[in-house]
Amino acid sequence: MNHPTGISEIFETMEYGPAPEAEQPALEWITRHGGEFGLYVGGRWVKGQDGRGFDVINPATRAKLARVVQAGPADVSAAVAAARAALPGWAALPGHARARHLYALARAVQKHARLLAVLESLDNGKSIRETRDIDIPLVARHFYHHAGWAQLLETEFAGHGPAGVVGQIIPWNFPLLMVAWKVAPALAAGCTVVLKPAEFTPLTALAFAELAHEAGLPAGVLNVITGDGESGKLLVDHPDVDKIAFTGSTEVGRHIRQATAGTGKKLSLELGGKSPFIVFEDADLDSVVEGVVDAIWFNQGQVCCAGSRLLVQEGVAAPLIGKLRARMEKLRVGSPLDKAVDMGAIVAPVQLERIRGLVEKGVEEGAQMWQPSWACPTDGYFYPPTLFTDVSPSATIAQVEIFGPVLVSMTFRTPAEAVALANNTPFGLAASVWTENINLALDIAPKIKAGVVWVNCTNLFDAAAGFGGYRESGFGREGGREGMWEYLKPEWETANAERGTRNEPAATVPRSEVPVPRSGQLPDIDRTPKLFIGGKQVRPDQTYSRRIVGPDGRVVGEVGEGNRKDVRNAVEAAHAAAGWAQATGHLRAQVLYYIAENLAPRSAEFAARLDAMIGGGVDAGRREVDAAIARLFTYAAWADKWDGAVHHTPVRGVTLAMNEPIGVVGVACPAEAPLLGFVSLVAPLVATGNTVVAIPSEAAPLAATDFYAVLETSDLPAGVINILTGSTDALAQVLAEHLDVDGVWYFGGSAGRAVEAASAGNMKRTWVEPHRRDWLDPRQGEGREFLRHATQVKNIWIPYGE
Amino acid sequence: MPVVPGERGVEVHRRPPRNPGGPLDLDWALAVRVNRSAVERRAATLPTRRTVKKQWQAAWLLRAISCMDLTTLQGDDTPGNVRRLCAKARRPIRDDLVDALGVGHLGITVGAVCVYHQLVPVAVEALAGSGIPVAAVSTGFPAGLNPFRQRLEEMRASLEAGAREIDVVITRGHVLAGAWEALHEEVRAFREACGDACLKVILGTGELATLTNVARASRVAMLAGADFIKTSTGKESVNATLPVGVVMVRQIREFHERSGVAVGFKPAGGIRAAKQALEYLYLMKEELGHPWLRPALLRLGASALLTDIERQLEHFATGRYSAAYRHPMP
Repeated sequence: MNHPTGISEIFETMEYGPAPEAEQPALEWITRHGGEFGLYVGGRWVKGQDGRGFDVINPATRAKLARVVQAGPADVSAAVAAARAALPGWAALPGHARARHLYALARAVQKHARLLAVLESLDNGKSIRETRDIDIPLVARHFYHHAGWAQLLETEFAGHGPAGVVGQIIPWNFPLLMVAWKVAPALAAGCTVVLKPAEFTPLTALAFAELAHEAGLPAGVLNVITGDGESGKLLVDHPDVDKIAFTGSTEVGRHIRQATAGTGKKLSLELGGKSPFIVFEDADLDSVVEGVVDAIWFNQGQVCCAGSRLLVQEGVAAPLIGKLRARMEKLRVGSPLDKAVDMGAIVAPVQLERIRGLVEKGVEEGAQMWQPSWACPTDGYFYPPTLFTDVSPSATIAQVEIFGPVLVSMTFRTPAEAVALANNTPFGLAASVWTENINLALDIAPKIKAGVVWVNCTNLFDAAAGFGGYRESGFGREGGREGMWEYLKPEWETANAERGTRNEPAATVPRSEVPVPRSGQLPDIDRTPKLFIGGKQVRPDQTYSRRIVGPDGRVVGEVGEGNRKDVRNAVEAAHAAAGWAQATGHLRAQVLYYIAENLAPRSAEFAARLDAMIGGGVDAGRREVDAAIARLFTYAAWADKWDGAVHHTPVRGVTLAMNEPIGVVGVACPAEAPLLGFVSLVAPLVATGNTVVAIPSEAAPLAATDFYAVLETSDLPAGVINILTGSTDALAQVLAEHLDVDGVWYFGGSAGRAVEAASAGNMKRTWVEPHRRDWLDPRQGEGREFLRHATQVKNIWIPYGE
Repeated sequence: MPVVPGERGVEVHRRPPRNPGGPLDLDWALAVRVNRSAVERRAATLPTRRTVKKQWQAAWLLRAISCMDLTTLQGDDTPGNVRRLCAKARRPIRDDLVDALGVGHLGITVGAVCVYHQLVPVAVEALAGSGIPVAAVSTGFPAGLNPFRQRLEEMRASLEAGAREIDVVITRGHVLAGAWEALHEEVRAFREACGDACLKVILGTGELATLTNVARASRVAMLAGADFIKTSTGKESVNATLPVGVVMVRQIREFHERSGVAVGFKPAGGIRAAKQALEYLYLMKEELGHPWLRPALLRLGASALLTDIERQLEHFATGRYSAAYRHPMP
């Protein structure tokens, strides 16, 4: 027998050896397809129509893995057409039938888990440990979870139907996991899908299409097209797509927001991040170190929610940095298929160059850079774990998303300063908070502007919990009940849509004669309403007024003409009232009840005003006022009942899904129902803790301006509701462009496209309603739909156990 | 720690200076923070981040044998089964496997043999000339609730009988009651009574209720002069676990950084599979470093473990899965 060499030496050195996972099965799978893949369209594998394609590269070896199609216009159209053709049949299936299909997909993923794990590692460069233990199990979990939503859809989402044909564009960092996050909820909801994986990493999506085909998913329900951003753009711009779901960079997300503006396409975006990782002095520092490893050296730091900004309380900064450096010395970077490496390869040369460039910039700008003493392999695209200290918030590396294994650290003195630093970014995807003090943790978590907060943990994901951002990290959630809404729409909306879009009648032209007091009579005391900003009646910045005329063309009053400076002032007042978010639900309810109480005795006056402005008789006016009072009651009722949830995630702990207000929201009210429309939009926002800048009906604003007198007597804190009269579209445009406005609801008319396009500036949430609603119908005019739009879900993960 | 005479070739390493012990620094002992969920995550993922295959695995398993405290602590122990254990300690691996692995020159034996006091003379005699120390469990093992004076006398008796290492148990009640001074004094007394022998302090972690208590008890035991801190007697309902190991080795690291003194770690109880032994080796290498991969600073308290390691070694040598009966029983 041969003596295996080296045992004695290894016995002394106690080094790790190679521990390779076999790549052969995955390579054979590629070979079985001739090393070339078509597009999966309408249940068939088809060639690209213009014959263009590109190579897929293994970033750890630079070896070519396969060739795929660059989908062109005809390919995208064919895929969308296949999805459109499959939609009626798929949507009509009972929930149970769709559940069976999703269950089959989950099973298929599990049965081929290792093939998918190896393929993913080859294609992306991430370690086999991660694909095997994290990515692929989460994929299966996502399909199981959403098989459940399909099963429960008819009862749990009653009155809702699928959003339609969905275009989904996913990134290269979690290729198959993003397939699952996108496809599972869409299919559960009854949508059909055209999916475009990233050009660097298309292979597992293609393998998944094959598995879905073999699992009997009906033709056209899932279509997979490959290509670069050009193909993605074709999908985004395709007129027959009802919704776009995108995960990727904020830059591309912004383009998509602009490209889809005014098209009526639903949109959900999961974008970049610069997530804070906050360490308080009473944290378990050794566990913090492992947390940092999981935060920024997970997937080579190519994680949108990576904890890339380490914020450490001053007193423990030195020991923590020391521990981190010691830990970094022990990280192992190498072949992604080695079962004993911590980090694999960077996905592509372009990304490697970006990381190098930003690290150089960090050094140039004076931060202290530190890397471990060992060297990375040189045959692929590798980059070592990197730590920056002495970083100031103004440094480039502290502001931009590096998307690599580079951690920047800063110190803070107090919890308030930690929150200020954490929120000092346009992003808002995730945060991690480390302290052994539950009072501190639960105080800090709600103060951080991020869609996910992990307490004493990081980068935990589960299908049952929503994931998604605040601010420029995007909007919409993936996972959990909150994620399902992205793929559903109310059934009545479909009916309204069939009646066509809002087509506003031209404003009545005032008759030439202006009412003049008859000679010999005293003139009426002028009651020209002003703007209502910060709890005060103020004159517009420029003292122009506009005449408001009734249906018969007679002038019924004049209102101030607000301009951009008035918007600026109103937004500032709304921010100054941010404490409203911390008011108890009970208090907010009391204020809303009080508003209703003060409106009720003036019903006759408001009814007459409505009649004067829009006609229809005093009785109709009276009905609208009564409905407005009821609506105020509705949201007073909701104010302490819009509960969050505790999600069933697989940790020993709680995952709290908290409904948080959007912040400062601009509201362009509908022209119809001048009082009820205004109340229907403002009340849910106020009930949930937002502060509002409202533009009442342009043609009939006097009911809203009369309303501020009601507000003034109702204990509403100054600045919670601000009212600007003037040109709805001009004011809405300023609000949509304003970078310190967090959301805009536009029910105004024809400027929805402009509002959505302008919102891309800070990726504010928009709700543009192109269809008329029957505001008197509670199904259309009030309820959960409004509350969902008024809030965003923050998931706070709190593992526990002593 | 005195240098062990060089009968065992390469296995004799320069031992780090012993832990002299000192006053109780209660601020330091109680300052420790342990987040259980995070520790459990570390423990769960460590074995998924590291693995050794082929000759690396064989070498690592041999290293595990060299760090093993081969143990019998049964009520029915007799001179007969203790002699059998000692024979296995001298020749832990079948000769043909030693040859196949080409490691005869390493002279691999286990780290120590661990028995009750009554059987120390038997073990000392059976191991004569091997260089393998005899460890005695002491101080009212396993509950540690015998009269204090009696516990010290028990230690001295074992030393007189030839034990070179003493595994003592602490009063778990001191930890649960927060009587840190009492715990410190207790271990100080053990440290003084054990003379030149290596003092392994058993915390009984399965009875300490929380990982924070494990960390605090580890710190107090080290401050009082423990040469090793050891998880368990093997008699608690929960014995060595990887999360407990993570916490204890981190305290060893802190103590080393603070005092320069390297204290050893001994997980014991429930370590039956070769894979578990490797996990503890990963733990030591990752959290502490190479010096803690030697018998001077690492012991694995075990009995059945050895046979499983032999089976894995035979598999490596022959390519065939092995059976327990093919290996001489301890």
